[in-house]
Amino acid sequence: MSDLLRLATAGSVDDGKSTLVGRLLHDTKSVLADQLDAVQRASADRGLEVPDLSLLVDGLRAEREQGITIDVAYRYFATPRRSFVLADTPGHVQYTRNTVTGASTAQLAVLLVDARNGVVEQTRRHAAVLALLGVPHLVLAVNKIDLVDYDESAFRLIAKEFTAHATALGYAESSVRTIPVSALHGDNVVDRSANTPWYDGPTLLEHLETVPVQPDPHEVPFRMPVQYVIRPRSAEYPDYRGYAGQVAAGTVSEGDEVVVLPAGLRTRVTRVDTMDGPLAEARAGRSVTLLLADDLDISRGDMIVAAESVPQPTDELDATLCWLAEKPLRPGARVLVKHGTRTVPAIVTDLASRFDEQKLSYADAPGSLQLNDIGRVLLRTAEPLPADDYTTNRRTGAFLVIDSSDGGTLAAGLVGAALPVPDDAGRRPAADEQALLTPGP
Amino acid sequence: MTSTVTQASGVGSAVDDLEALESEAIHIFREVAGEFDRPVVLFSGGKDSTVLVHLARKAFWPAPVPFPLLHVDTGHNFPEVIEFRDRLVAEHGLRLVVAHVQDWIDDGRLAERPDGTRNPLQTVPLLDTIAEHRFDAVFGGGRRDEERARAKERIFSLRNAFGQWEPRRQRPELWNLYNGRHRPGEHVRVFPLSNWTELDVWRYIAREGIELPSIYYAHEREVFRRDGMWLTSGPWGGPRDGETVQRKTVRYRTVGDGSCTGAVESNAATVADVIAEVQASRLTERGATRADDRLSEAAMEDRKREGYF
Repeated sequence: MSDLLRLATAGSVDDGKSTLVGRLLHDTKSVLADQLDAVQRASADRGLEVPDLSLLVDGLRAEREQGITIDVAYRYFATPRRSFVLADTPGHVQYTRNTVTGASTAQLAVLLVDARNGVVEQTRRHAAVLALLGVPHLVLAVNKIDLVDYDESAFRLIAKEFTAHATALGYAESSVRTIPVSALHGDNVVDRSANTPWYDGPTLLEHLETVPVQPDPHEVPFRMPVQYVIRPRSAEYPDYRGYAGQVAAGTVSEGDEVVVLPAGLRTRVTRVDTMDGPLAEARAGRSVTLLLADDLDISRGDMIVAAESVPQPTDELDATLCWLAEKPLRPGARVLVKHGTRTVPAIVTDLASRFDEQKLSYADAPGSLQLNDIGRVLLRTAEPLPADDYTTNRRTGAFLVIDSSDGGTLAAGLVGAALPVPDDAGRRPAADEQALLTPGP
Repeated sequence: MTSTVTQASGVGSAVDDLEALESEAIHIFREVAGEFDRPVVLFSGGKDSTVLVHLARKAFWPAPVPFPLLHVDTGHNFPEVIEFRDRLVAEHGLRLVVAHVQDWIDDGRLAERPDGTRNPLQTVPLLDTIAEHRFDAVFGGGRRDEERARAKERIFSLRNAFGQWEPRRQRPELWNLYNGRHRPGEHVRVFPLSNWTELDVWRYIAREGIELPSIYYAHEREVFRRDGMWLTSGPWGGPRDGETVQRKTVRYRTVGDGSCTGAVESNAATVADVIAEVQASRLTERGATRADDRLSEAAMEDRKREGYF
């Protein structure tokens, strides 16, 4: 049985990210002959002598014409051990919102740097965003290692600087891996390079295949937002009433004591149902239908949670926002908040601080949040929400901020989730393996 | 590949990949049912839309699927596919809306193309039918592994009143929190199979025992060669002069308009045979069998901008 790893890539312009992704696809035999033919033709048209593997992934006309990547591209490859869903995210500053998109569901992120330039502003910024979004594992691919003559000391210097930055952001050293690669020539991407005898770690693909991504579901309390109430009222199922949803965290089994929020009603799970029959247990990520012992008034937007760990619904959210819209956020803004399956009106009552990704510190009370800014805010919601802190639960601690006039997505919202700053002793409390390992959808 | 596979790290995997993909798709179906007024499933009778219907049934069981299917019928059909469609609809108590491209040609809203191909003609009947029924969410079986432009499309893809996809105006799609808000006249295309590959679809068909139209499996057929593909004779204009009809053992990898959907020579008669064939294939399914995608480097992107699937 193979499992699924969701990963994201991020890097600055010209670090060779598309080439690295093209290399992964090519060397895992995920590129088929007609796709390669098309790349070879297009490369020849551009006067290139070797096929430009980045053309495999740059999909839009403007991207190919300008030689840049505009939007998140999803790529798929598989090995006998794992299937991979790869979100290839663009590196330009103005497209950081796409990095947030790609990273929100990622269990691992690959950051690229050019071995000649080392860790740059973008690298630090991306790492901060990845840490904020709780991506459990980081890989730094030190690319173009061929252009520094496969020099070990150049690699070690970059690796050391990056690891120091990542641990300051709250990562355990065991969650950070640095690998010297040449995407162009294939060194240490899939196959081990003969040019880096001093490197004894895994190749990039070996690491992707073996990095542990499944959390122990028993460590996290059960949560399931109700998506839909299933009531067939048919001759065969006259009284069936099931609450459909995807388990957001933990596990659920028949007989479990649960509480339905926001009402706070306590009941018991009588069946974990699917079209294929009832399940003994459903884990995070599984879509199921729950049948409950009592006839309660439950609808879409409610959340069913473990009785032994009930989040306190609140209408005051202390949250971190990644602002993703062109129009700035100002205090007093009226927005919609989508948390789980519930969407409620909200007011941004306070804009407390803005995070400086370079200095890893907060600046007090900015007048506004601009595109790509990360800031700490207070929100008052029209109805109480059963929110968890994002650092303990990536699913029930997350929310969208939506423009109530045009429906656009304005921000990624994270309940609590302050990034640690070096003054805060550097390490995010309880943010190590368990908390960060809550899986994506 | 095998040379690079390393030893297990000792951490067992809890959820297998097909189960994760199935749960993601079911979650998407339920979100749409919970937030939209008039969803519809685009149904071609092909394997992806058949898998889509299977997942929709699973999402709402034991209740019926709470929205209809929409078939944009080019009139250039494989009879096996229409027979299969009607049987599937009857068997599961589904509702079916059919938009006949012929009706648009008959009343002059569309003109037949010189090459006789009707795939590009589907866009107008599709958009007209969406407007007429005021469908606000349109499920499609598109997968991101099919083509480079699709690889960049969101699972919830907002379309303007002209059905157009605007790549630079896509919303960020965060966690599994989908934003389906749209203004009157706009609609959202929803792709529950976004993260599936062709092989995933076939493995799932095998695991779930999903029935498909018989043309997906090897059979004998009268075919002729055009543009490097085996096309079937039919009212869509073929064979032309100089194209000779031969009897071949073939199967289809995609189902589309008969005029531009090619068969591949194959002896794969069962799901297991097909999986083995797909794993060994050196061509993508669209590259191998769809003339409409081979027109230019940006063929799919251009058609999506026009409101195509």
